[in-house]
Amino acid sequence: MASFEESGPSTPVTEGIRVDKVSPRSRRLKRIRSLVVVLIALIGLIPVAVMVITAFKSRTEVVAVPPRLIFEPTLEGFVFLLTERSQMAPAILEEAKQNAGELGLFDRIALNAGQQITGPSDFVRRLRNSLIIAGGSTIFTVALGLFAAYAFSRFEVPGKGDLMFLILSTRMLPAVVVAVPLFLMFRQLNLYDTHLGMIILYTVFNLSLTTWLLKGFMDEIPKEYEEAAMVDGYSRWQAFYKIVIPQASTGIAATTVFAFIFAWNEYALALMMTSETARTAPPAIATMQGRGGIEWSAIAAGTLAFLIPVIIVAFALRKHLLRGVTFGAIRQ
Amino acid sequence: MATITLVQVEKKFGDFQAVKPIDLIVDDGEFVVLLGPSGCGKTTTLRMISGLETVTGGRIYIDDRDVTWHHPSDRDIAFVFQLYALYPHMNVRRNIVFPLEAQGEDKGTIERRLAEVVELLRCQHLLTLHPGALSGGDQQRVALARALVRRPAAFLMDEPLGALDADFRETMRAEIKQLHINQNATTVYVTHDQIEAMAMGDRIVVMSEADIQQVGSPSEVYYDPSNTFVARFIGSPGMNLIEGHYLEGIAQLAGDSTYQVPENWRSVLDRTLKDKKVLVGFRPEAGQVKEDGAINAEVYADELHGAHTMLHLSLRGDASESIIHVRARRGLGLKIGEFVKFDISPEMVRFFDAESGKAIVAEV
Repeated sequence: MASFEESGPSTPVTEGIRVDKVSPRSRRLKRIRSLVVVLIALIGLIPVAVMVITAFKSRTEVVAVPPRLIFEPTLEGFVFLLTERSQMAPAILEEAKQNAGELGLFDRIALNAGQQITGPSDFVRRLRNSLIIAGGSTIFTVALGLFAAYAFSRFEVPGKGDLMFLILSTRMLPAVVVAVPLFLMFRQLNLYDTHLGMIILYTVFNLSLTTWLLKGFMDEIPKEYEEAAMVDGYSRWQAFYKIVIPQASTGIAATTVFAFIFAWNEYALALMMTSETARTAPPAIATMQGRGGIEWSAIAAGTLAFLIPVIIVAFALRKHLLRGVTFGAIRQ
Repeated sequence: MATITLVQVEKKFGDFQAVKPIDLIVDDGEFVVLLGPSGCGKTTTLRMISGLETVTGGRIYIDDRDVTWHHPSDRDIAFVFQLYALYPHMNVRRNIVFPLEAQGEDKGTIERRLAEVVELLRCQHLLTLHPGALSGGDQQRVALARALVRRPAAFLMDEPLGALDADFRETMRAEIKQLHINQNATTVYVTHDQIEAMAMGDRIVVMSEADIQQVGSPSEVYYDPSNTFVARFIGSPGMNLIEGHYLEGIAQLAGDSTYQVPENWRSVLDRTLKDKKVLVGFRPEAGQVKEDGAINAEVYADELHGAHTMLHLSLRGDASESIIHVRARRGLGLKIGEFVKFDISPEMVRFFDAESGKAIVAEV
C-alpha cells in the first residue's frame, strides 16, 4: 500500500481528527516521536532483562566477561535462593552423582554445583512475611481509606480542606526521616520486628494516598445514586455498599494496586524495623550473601520471584487500572 | 395514595434562606407542580418532602404521619431524578426490583409487580440491558417503573423531562400525565418550564425568591396572577404591564395615551389606588389592534407565529422604551416604526399596585 505521504488520506477525514494532525509532515514527526518512545522504553527495560537473564544463569556464567547472551539456562539461582546447602566432599560427591537418577530436581541442580540441600532457606519466610504484611496493610488501608474518602466526599466535615491537607502532609517528608523516632516508639510498644507493627506502619503511610485517590473517585459518583437508593428503602450504609462500592470498583482496584505495590516494595523502613521474625523480602534480597561470594543468580532469581505477585496483581486488575488512571479525564 | 401537608416548612443554609416558611397541602391523588425560576427553592422544597434534605423549621405530614424527622427510606415515597439516577452497574430488571428487595418482598410478589409495571411502561424489551445502553426516553421509563413498582404513597419528580429532547419531552409529558390519571397517584412535580406546568398540573405552586407567590389551577395563575412576578413569569411572552397614573376612571399611561378603566373596576381602583401609580396588565391575546383604539403605539418588530402575528410595540412617546406584546391576526402588513392603535379587551384587563406589585382583586 502506498504510504500516506504520497497518497494522502485514503479514508475521509472525520470530524474527530484535526487536519493539521494528519498532515504528511506531522505524520512523519509522529513516527519519529514513536520511535523515541520505544527506544526509551527499551533502555528502561534493560536492567529488567539483565535481571531475568541472570536469574537463569549458572554461577560461572554470571561472572563471565563479556556477558554472554546465549547460554544454557538453569534453575540454579532459584535453588540457591530457596534452599540452604552444604559443600559436599569429593568422595561423597562422586557417589551421589551415581545415584542422581533417584533425586528430585532441586537436589540434582545442587549436586551439579557440588552441593547438598540441607533445608529450605530463609527467603521463603521472607516472601511469606512480605505477602502477609503487604496484603494485610493493603486491606486495612483501602478499607479505612474508603470510609474516610466517602465521608470527605459526602458529608459536611468541619475543616474539611484543612483535614485533607493535613492527611496529605504526612507524605510530604521522606518516611525514612521519621525512622528513628518510629524505631523508639516501636521498641517501647513491643512492635519492633512484628507483623502487626509493619502492617500498622504501612497502613499509616499509605492511608493519605488512598484517601486522596478514593475521594477523587467518590466525587465522580453522583450523589443521586445513593439518594435514589435511600428513597427506595435502603439505609445510608446499605446504599454505600450496594451502590457506591460497586461503582467505585475501578477506583478501589487502582488504589489497591498502588497501596499493595508500595507496601510490597518498601525497603528502608523494613530494613530498620525488622530483624528476623517479620523481615520482608526487599531487605532480605539486598543483604543476601552466599558462600564464597555474592550469589548474583540467587539475587536475580529472588528479585524476579519478588516481582511476580506485583505483576499478577497489576495484570489481573489491568483493565480497572487503566480506567482508573484515566478516570475523570472525560466527563460524560 | 396519600395527602402531603407542609406546615411552616423552611430551609436555611447558614444565613441563606433557601425556602421561607411555607404552608402547602397536596390532596390525595392530586398532581401539584412546583414552578419557578432556578434558585427559587422549588427543588429544595421537594427534597425536604423526600427527606433528602432536613428542614430547619416546620413539620411535614404524609397522611397523618409526622415524617419531619423520618429517614427517606421510611417515608414511603418515590423520587424521580432529573438525570434518572439508574444504578449503572445493574441491569434494568435489577434496577426496577431494587426497591422491592429493600422491602423484603417474596419472589412471587416481585415477579408479579415487575410484570405489571413493565407492561404499563412498555419496557419488556429493555430488562436485560444496562442503563448506559438506553436512550434518554427509555431511561426515563425505567426510572418511572422503578418509582411505580413499590406503590408508594406519593411520587416526587424533580424536572424528570429536563434532560430529554424537545419533541420526545411532549410524548413523555403525556405518558406521565396518563400514568398519574391511571394510578391516581399523589404527585409533586418540580419544573422551571411553565408550559409543562400548565399542561400537567392540577394545581400550580409558583415560587420565587424562596417563597410561594401563588397557588392555583393553571387557568387561575394564567388569568388571575396574584402579583406582577406571576404575571410576567407565566405565559410566553408574559403578561404586559404598562405603568400609568390612576385618577377617576382614567389611567394616564406612559407616553401620550390614556386608558379608560372598565366600569366594574372603577370603585375598587378609586378606593385603593386613587391618584397613585397603577400597572395595567393584559395578556398578548387581550390586545386588539384597531383604528379607533385608545392606546397609541409604534411597531418595534413583528414575528409571524404561523396562525397569528406577534407584534412588539412600544408606547408612543414613552421614554422607558418598554416593549408590549400584542397578538394580532396575520397579514396586517405593518411596517417597523409605523403607528398603530390598540385596545384592551375589558374582560381580560387586570390591575396591579405599582408599589407592592400585588394584584387588585375585582369586585363582583
